[in-house]
Amino acid sequence: MTVLQKKAHNPIAHLTPEDIEQLGVELDAIRQSVIDTRGADDAAYIRKVIATQRKLELGSRAVLLVSMFPPAWVVGTAGLAVAKIIENMEIGHNVMHGQWDWMRDPKIHSTTWEWDNASPSEQWKHSHNELHHTYTNVIGKDNDLGYGIMRVDEDQRWVPLYAAQPLWNFVNACFFEYGIAAYDLELGKNLATKERRQDPDFRARAKVTLKKIRNQMTKDYVIHPLLSGPSFLNTLAANATANLIRNLWTHSVIMCGHFPEGVETFERRSIVGETRGEWYLRQMLGSANISGSRAMHFMTGNLSFQIEHHLFPDLPSNRYQQIAPQVQALFQRYGLTYTTGSLPRQVASAWRKVIRLSLPNNLLGRNTAAPVTDLPAPEPAREHVAA
Amino acid sequence: MSLTAPSSRAARPSLRRRLLQLAERATSPLLPADYLDLFDPLRPGADLRGRIVAVHPETADASTIVIRPGADWAGHVPGQYVRLGVDVNGIRQWRAYSLTHGPRPDGNISITVKAVPDGLVSTHLVRESRPGTLVHLEQAQGDFVLPTDGGKFLFVTAGSGVTPVVGMLRNLFPVADDGVVRLACSAAYDIVVVHVAPSEPHSIFLDNLRALDDAGLIRLVARYDDVHGVLDVGDLEALVPDLHERVTLACGPGGLLDALQRHHDERGLELLTEQFRVTTRAVGEGGTVDFTGSGTMVDADGATPILDAAEAAGVLMPSGCRMGICFGCVLPLREGAVRDLRTGAVTTATPGETEGRGVPIQTCISAAAGACVIDH
Repeated sequence: MTVLQKKAHNPIAHLTPEDIEQLGVELDAIRQSVIDTRGADDAAYIRKVIATQRKLELGSRAVLLVSMFPPAWVVGTAGLAVAKIIENMEIGHNVMHGQWDWMRDPKIHSTTWEWDNASPSEQWKHSHNELHHTYTNVIGKDNDLGYGIMRVDEDQRWVPLYAAQPLWNFVNACFFEYGIAAYDLELGKNLATKERRQDPDFRARAKVTLKKIRNQMTKDYVIHPLLSGPSFLNTLAANATANLIRNLWTHSVIMCGHFPEGVETFERRSIVGETRGEWYLRQMLGSANISGSRAMHFMTGNLSFQIEHHLFPDLPSNRYQQIAPQVQALFQRYGLTYTTGSLPRQVASAWRKVIRLSLPNNLLGRNTAAPVTDLPAPEPAREHVAA
Repeated sequence: MSLTAPSSRAARPSLRRRLLQLAERATSPLLPADYLDLFDPLRPGADLRGRIVAVHPETADASTIVIRPGADWAGHVPGQYVRLGVDVNGIRQWRAYSLTHGPRPDGNISITVKAVPDGLVSTHLVRESRPGTLVHLEQAQGDFVLPTDGGKFLFVTAGSGVTPVVGMLRNLFPVADDGVVRLACSAAYDIVVVHVAPSEPHSIFLDNLRALDDAGLIRLVARYDDVHGVLDVGDLEALVPDLHERVTLACGPGGLLDALQRHHDERGLELLTEQFRVTTRAVGEGGTVDFTGSGTMVDADGATPILDAAEAAGVLMPSGCRMGICFGCVLPLREGAVRDLRTGAVTTATPGETEGRGVPIQTCISAAAGACVIDH
């Protein structure tokens, strides 16, 4: 047993190593059942989503050509915001995960997809697929934990900078696509020393990112406004608003994935020699779902099934909903908590954590990472941090 | 800047290019084509595709599929084949099929497909394909074609090397349910087929040849090693007395083709060849295959073609006949060794010593022979 030993309320104390391996076997079986039935219906689904998204984007941008008329502005902006969200979430994120690579369609493939976002696909895939999905919620390894600018776990040492983290988080939400780009470039680390700044690899990647950002900005803030003629400023504002809405939405959804209360974090050394079963277990405890309508699931790119997504990041997103009952039943049988809640509840929970952890551990009189527990909270085990 | 009345011819491409650039900036990070494809996937300038317009059942297990090709289809000559990409169970599969008609007045193309047991794509095309389905195409290819104006020919085929020859003969002499069709344009062809095999096989292709022989449209000379002994190319003159009047087209393993080439060179005879080797599985140890472009590492055993192993691991691979014929799957081997599954021959590439991007290998008949690096 290597994970979570130090928690006051150890959520896996009741599981033997054999239990954990059996859990892995059962999850592998669920995964295989989806792979065995992947086929023409799934392919038709993603093609329909892509075609619909592109038509929605074209239509919205066409309406915005006359955005000086307020109804056109509202309809076009709303349509464009929805189109951008679908492109980033249900299509881009999932295609780049390789969820649709099995179709062998070069137009819908993780190696060829480029998304409507500031961060170039290549860099995002590295930081997201390789780092975040491998080291999910491991403090010091998974930069998604606070994106390197926030303290999201009691075990992270408090420094005064964190006092302003509710503000950082809000600013990051508004400019989320640039936040992701900076994060994928590991800007904080790479700008820190002269040596790092001059590293040819970093400079090459930064150049690619800047080019992508320039292309994105030219499209949204120059070309389409110019095409709108007298509606130039209205279209500019519409596109900026659509990007802002997309940023706030994606930031909220992603916060819900790993930040809400009840989600566990792990120490770096706990994953040394981790088995397949233990890896699955970490994904199960380190992710949280969002409950809601079909439309909500779709607009989150099915990241509302964050637990299922983290267990099986490369299965087609339209299948998460289908396997969720089996996964939930598995949680119950193994006595684990399937963390889920409505979107407003989970967003509020994540924000509460951001605000609470902006202060040192003892200031609010509580310092437990797992408020659900009724056990008395011990002193945080600092010696375990970043070992 | 002086704008001294540029001629409209000079200005047009520049305006066109500027409009294109504008469209690209407006659709970034996608391309204008990604949107145009939604509305007209067969337009000029699009990736080459086609739409199935009719499926005619030929027999219980064979159908002719008529396809309207995209605007950029460059045409073909009889005997050429086309690589066709079709989604089977949602998975894009590429296969090569002989084009079964010459150019048609309606501009459509057609392939005749027989559903073979365990044939994923052929079974799908015969049983499941429906008019309206979009398929993916490449331009017609193949140099192994008959002249269009008739003449006297000898085909020498060995084993499954008979396949492209049957494609050509079907073009000349279509076989309908009620017998062989005698096309006027085929009367100008005088054809002898010498077919060589280790023993008499059960093959639809051989049945085809026999039917044509029975109908008096070709002369079939079948030679089986176990009955007649291994063919000596020196015997050809005895088997085909008017050999000197014929142009020879040969398709089979390298050894036979080399012998024929020497034989024909000595006599000053014309020979057209296509290497088509009989599958003999040569299994060695496998290894990891590193695809530099996608950064994917694939574990491949020594009995599995690199193409299959890579596709199973989600790598987008070019592919075609999957039999080592069409060269649609060739990729440069930058480093390491691969084994030809048919002959056991090992091909190696060493960075610095190997020219260019690497040694071109056919991934459909090559298995890893140790760790290798493929530029893809």
